[in-house]
Amino acid sequence: MKATVIVTLKPTVLDPQGMTIHRSLASLGLSDIADVRQGKIFHIRLKEGLSTERTREQVERLAKEVLTNPVIEEYRIIWGE
Amino acid sequence: MKFGVVIFPGSNCEHDCYYAIESVIGQTVEFIWHQDTSLKEFDAVILPGGFAYGDYLRTGALAKFSPVMKAVADFAGKGGLVFGICNGFQILTEAGLLPGALLRNVGLKYLCKFLYLRTETAGTPYTSLMTKGQLLRIPIGHGDGNFFADADTLKRIEDNGQVVFRYATARGQITPEANPNGSLNNIAGIVNQQRNVLGMMPHPDRSCEDLLGSADGKLIFESMVHALALSRP
Repeated sequence: MKATVIVTLKPTVLDPQGMTIHRSLASLGLSDIADVRQGKIFHIRLKEGLSTERTREQVERLAKEVLTNPVIEEYRIIWGE
Repeated sequence: MKFGVVIFPGSNCEHDCYYAIESVIGQTVEFIWHQDTSLKEFDAVILPGGFAYGDYLRTGALAKFSPVMKAVADFAGKGGLVFGICNGFQILTEAGLLPGALLRNVGLKYLCKFLYLRTETAGTPYTSLMTKGQLLRIPIGHGDGNFFADADTLKRIEDNGQVVFRYATARGQITPEANPNGSLNNIAGIVNQQRNVLGMMPHPDRSCEDLLGSADGKLIFESMVHALALSRP
């Protein structure tokens, strides 16, 4: 079983890196890009033979307690295979 | 008084803190390895600057899982003085011992320079020898020092007088130009509600002697000693 965790800054949190990327786009002629927000992506692989329940619990705890700082970030999980 | 300075893998200001406490303010100090689990013998614990765990994932995010952090939380819960400087501040917010978070600097650059802090709250254990409005000249050195908290949290820490230091001009004005990194309300340092935990991005450990450009940082360590002496029976 695999899972992908995507962590992004909350919409209310300023993203200096995304803003800088966005500002640099004008010189490339990508004038239709309205906004860029930077985030992180984590590819997770679990041990074989785990129950769905156990899999969900492990990945959700990882996403919530380690990969995300709830003050500034939010996450979503994409379940694979 | 006995101070402890925690060393995480990647800390790099532990010797600056050790020197400031032992040689400048003349107190007892010992290093604490991040895998230690007891802080019983200490009066105050410092989390020094650096790049604990290489700042991997987020600044301070992995350091909070070091065994010593459980002891630090217990120590803080019992009223012990816990002082996080720079990376130490980031670790304290990640560990939930201080509110808010430190984002990437607005200009994205790592900033290393002297600037001015205005003391906003006197009378905390860290400002016991200062007056409200007192200016301190202390350097910063960070890439992620942009203090953020949601609107409710920000209002709460402002209303409670938990903002201890703000970035200011040389004349003590709080302006956008004096704000090096985009921190909300020019916040440079905060305490918890109980006022025994302080986190600040600037480095008092790098400004304890005139030879280093300023001795103003010494006031913070001396305030701690003063407050500890008063709290002793």
